[in-house]
Parts: sequence; C-alpha cells; structure tokens
Amino acid sequence: MSLADVFATARAESRAALIGYLPAGYPSVSGSKDHLRSMIESGCDLVEVGLPFSDPVMDGPTIQAAAEQALSAGFRVRDLFDVVASVADAGGRAVVMTYWNPVLRYGVDAFARDLAAAGGLGMITPDLVPDEADDWMAASEAHGLDRTFLVAPSSTEERIAMTARASSGFLYATAVMGVTGARDVVASTAPELVARVREHTSIPVGVGLGVRSGAQAAEIAGFADGVIVGSAFVSAAAEGDGAVRALAADLAKGVRSAPAAV
Amino acid sequence: MGQFTPTPHDPDARGHFGPWGGRFVPEALIAAVDELAAEYDKARIDPEFVNEFKRLLKDFAGRPSLLTEAPKFAEHAGTRVFLKREDLNHTGSHKINNVLGQALLTKRMGKKRVIAETGAGQHGVATATACALLGLDCVVYMGEVDTERQALNVARMRLLGAEVIPVKSGSRTLKDAINEALRDWVTNVDDTHYLLGTAAGPHPFPLLVRDFHRVIGIEAREQILEKAGRLPDAVVACVGGGSNAIGIFHGFIDDADVRLVGVEPGGSGLDSGRHGATLTVGTPGSLHGAMSYVMQDEDGQITEAHSISAGLDYPGVGPEHSHLKDIGRAEYFAVTDAEAMEAFALLSRTEGIIPAIESSHALAGALKLGPSLGPDGLLVVNLSGRGDKDMDTAVEYFGLADGGQA
Repeated sequence: MSLADVFATARAESRAALIGYLPAGYPSVSGSKDHLRSMIESGCDLVEVGLPFSDPVMDGPTIQAAAEQALSAGFRVRDLFDVVASVADAGGRAVVMTYWNPVLRYGVDAFARDLAAAGGLGMITPDLVPDEADDWMAASEAHGLDRTFLVAPSSTEERIAMTARASSGFLYATAVMGVTGARDVVASTAPELVARVREHTSIPVGVGLGVRSGAQAAEIAGFADGVIVGSAFVSAAAEGDGAVRALAADLAKGVRSAPAAV
Repeated sequence: MGQFTPTPHDPDARGHFGPWGGRFVPEALIAAVDELAAEYDKARIDPEFVNEFKRLLKDFAGRPSLLTEAPKFAEHAGTRVFLKREDLNHTGSHKINNVLGQALLTKRMGKKRVIAETGAGQHGVATATACALLGLDCVVYMGEVDTERQALNVARMRLLGAEVIPVKSGSRTLKDAINEALRDWVTNVDDTHYLLGTAAGPHPFPLLVRDFHRVIGIEAREQILEKAGRLPDAVVACVGGGSNAIGIFHGFIDDADVRLVGVEPGGSGLDSGRHGATLTVGTPGSLHGAMSYVMQDEDGQITEAHSISAGLDYPGVGPEHSHLKDIGRAEYFAVTDAEAMEAFALLSRTEGIIPAIESSHALAGALKLGPSLGPDGLLVVNLSGRGDKDMDTAVEYFGLADGGQA
C-alpha cells in the first residue's frame, strides 16, 4: 500500500481522501496511539503523525500547546516510530509531519530508514522547501518514502511546478496564508490555489489549514483530492476518544457528500 | 570600499555561507524573501537609496560614532584598548543602522506595516523609532520574561507609537518572540515586512543585516589607523545573533593579521548548562530559517538559552558566524554573567561609560585577551550599546539600592 493507492481508492469511490493529523505523544504516547486508531476506524484514509517540536513556527495555539504538553511529558523522537508502527500494525496508513531540525539531528537517512521500517509511507515537511532538500530526496528514494512538500497562495507558478516535480504521493496546499488552526469558513484562496496547481501536475492535492467540520470538508472535497484536518483533531483529543471518533465520522461523511474533483 | 559593495564573503545566490544559511522556511514565505532579496539587490546599487541611507545615518542616527581610547580600563586588560562607540548612536545601540536600512527597503517595497522581535528591547526601540520617522505601522513581539526585565524599553516603544505584544509561548524569551513574528509574517505577508534584528534568519536577512552594519567596521578601521597608526591585533565583539559582531568584523575581514574575536554569553558557566554559547558548544541545526550552530538536545529540540543579558539570550546564531568559525577566520569563546558584570562595573568606574550588559561581554573578552597581547598590543572593542536599559538588572545584581557598590 502506498500513498498513490490511498488516493486511487478514494477516487474510485468518487470522493476525496480524509487525512487527519495528530501529534505523537499527545495527550500521551499511548493516548495518541488510541486516538490515531480511532481516527482510522472512523473514516480517516490517512493519518499524519506529527513530531512535537520546540519551535513550531507554522502552528497556531492549539498545536503549539499540544506539542508543548507532549514534550514536557517527556516525548522522545524514538516514540514517533513506535506510534507510526502502531498505526501500520492496525492496518492504517501513516505519514509523518515534522519540522526539519529533528530530522537533521537524527540524521536524514537514518530517519528515513527508521520511518520506513516502522511502516510509515512518507513525510510532510512544512519548513523544508525542495531547494534545500537534496539529502531528503536521496534518503526518500533510498527507503521508498513519499515526499509531500507544501505550496501556498503566495507561491509563484515556477515554484508550484518545481515543488510538484519534487513531490510524490500528494502535494499539500495551504488554504490560507497563515498558521494552523480551525477557522469558520473555507478561504477563497484555496480553490484558486488548487486550480493553479492542476495546471502543472496530476499529482493528488490535499488542502489543509483551518478545516474543522463536515460541511467544510465537503466544500473542499469539491475541488481537492484530499481534505486535511489538524487542529480540530487536537482539540477533539483533548475532549476524549469519543470526540475524536465523532469528528472523524462527521468529516468522513463530508468528503462523501461532494463529488470528487477529478 | 563602500558599505554595499559585494565582497568575496557574500553568500551564494540561495544564501549559503559554505554549508550554513539558506532558507528553511515555509513555502508561504518564499515569495516574500525572494521579493526582499530582489529589492535589496536593486537598492544596494541605487545611489538614491544609498545616499538616503547615509543621510539618515549621519543626520538622524548621529554617525560616524566615535572611537574612544580607554586607557584606565586598559590597565586592567594589560593592553591598549579602543572602544567603538555604538552606544552613542541615536536609540543607544548599533541596532539603528539595520532598522533604518530595512525601513527604507520596506517603503521601497510599498509595504505599510513592520513587525519585529526584540530581546533586550534595543532592536524593538530602534524599529519603533525608524517606523515613527518613516511613517510605518509597527508591532513588536517581545518575550513576556523580557518585557518584565526590560520594562523601560517597553514604555519607550509604546511612546514611539509601536504596539508591543508580550509572547507567552515556549521559554517566553527572544526565540519565542521570533517564532511569533514569523507566524504574524506568514499571515500578513502582503502588507507586512518582518524587520529582523540580527544577522540570522532566512536569506537575504544575514546578508542585508550585515551590510547595514558594515558601516561600523568601515568607520572603525579608518579611525584606528588615524588614532593608533596601525591596525589592531584583534577586534572584539559580543555575539548573540551576531549583528554587531559581523558588522565590525567585516571592516577587517580581509586584514589577515587582525584577529576577529566573538564573545558569547556563558551565563552561569558552560558546565552549568545555563548559557547561550551557541558557537562555543552548539551543534549544526536549522532554526528560524537558516542552518547554523544551534543549542539543541539529542532529539533536535531547541534548548533554552540563559544569560543575564536579554539581548544575548538566544540559542541560535547567524550563519556567517558559523562559517567564519569553521574556516578559522574568527574565533569565539564565552564569558560568564559574573565576568560580564565585573566588566560592566569596571568600565563604568574607570572610564565614565556605562555599557550595555551585551557589550560588557565583549569588554570581559578583552580583559581575558589583553594579557596575551601585552602592553604593545592593540584591541578594538565594539561597544555595541549603552547600559541605561540595564540599570534594573545592575541594581539587583550589585545591590545598589541598598547602598551597595559595584
């Protein structure tokens, strides 16, 4: 099973894929395993396992606080692979989303090796642009991992094309200019960005930043291949596993209520 | 050589100094740093920009700053010492050079809003000042811990019309203020320039911040030749992010016989783990948009820096310093809080100059370096700022309110 299969399966069902994010180690290492399993059982086609980082410049208050809590509870990078393995063992599909410094520190090749060994399918790198990614390109090739880079409403056509060429699996389109966090409405910049991306590539496009409800998921599913939900799952995890399951179910219904984009 | 003349020490087109620097930022910010780099490339060769910058340095900031011999302080160093008096600039530190340059660039780019981070408050005050002068909206992010230990500077910024936002996340110091400024920037990048205060961050910041501060070294070199008749044996500067140091170093970087010495905050001592000596004991990593030495644990989590000086309390450092260390062109060591405070008191008493605690680290470095040079030696110390802002710390440290003596 690869990321391509995840999106192919969703397309075959004429819907977008649902992608849920939760930091490993939040609210605890075992708690994050439980919630991720619930997310998959309740309709997430793919989960992004976050690596808590001390300086999360792309994240709003919700994910910042979750990362801080995980780290102060003693979260270690080795726990990440354990969490990824638990998702894979349960039959789920996982990628890792991480700031770059912990990967650098671990060793880019070693990180890729251990992620692949844990059953992870790839990595999303919010503060690594392809221009600086030579080591990651090599390591991901060597260990058979997919690379998800980000594009933003401010990206030029040249950069969208370049970033799409460097990516595999799916491309992450940030719906708005800003940091992570649930928002009330889907930004108008999102469909425009996805349309621009499609001029350059046929790679699946996931849209994230600010999605929190089934209705928003349905709206995004109307123009994107994947709907990415982060902060809302973190907030739900703070309430308990029931809230996580309910949110995943609502979102899963959302991605099925709109015709797929492609 | 002019302040903006390209040098053989410039980074490559993507901002790399050897393996250091580059751009480790979200894609959403790439367009903004590209725009900034393109604007700076045009501005640095545009006589109108260069002349306006020079005019502001002269008529507003009060440059050139003096080079003052410090003979009585020098008795304690065992060698001849000159001080480059950045403390005499308007707003009280070297920071004004960079903010005037970047504020002019902001106007050129047609942006109306400026955000900045600040540690000690010097860069925040300088930014608020430049924004008041040039009619720009100004928001300054400052760690909550720093707003408490630098309350006077918070008041100054507010008086100058800036909004000061205390940052409550993470360690609530400079690094977290930078995180918050980056979050603001990625959200408001269309109309906002991030006026970064040190020679770190993604390309082109390390290049342009350095160039705006090159005036320090260019002046110092001319002045020391005039006053001492020769080049110094060493140029000494404190290094937090490293902007004052890189500015003065560049005046002498091609003078192979002049040692370039950076002094880092040793806090409670390197063994204590409570310090900010990034170049002395840090390891390679990416923080705030560039590869540099950083202070981190074995998982790559950035660790908190500790220093009595809020302006040096930073777990990263500019990429060019990382490069200068690696190629051996500059050398770096740390002095403790206690050594810095001793130098702070010594300069005040012997020369009638109250230095910033940041700059006191450079002075303490000179006291360590001096004896090896001997009476015929010659040091230029960058006195990067004045100590008025640090009086609360000094009052507490020396017990001055209770009749104590430094």
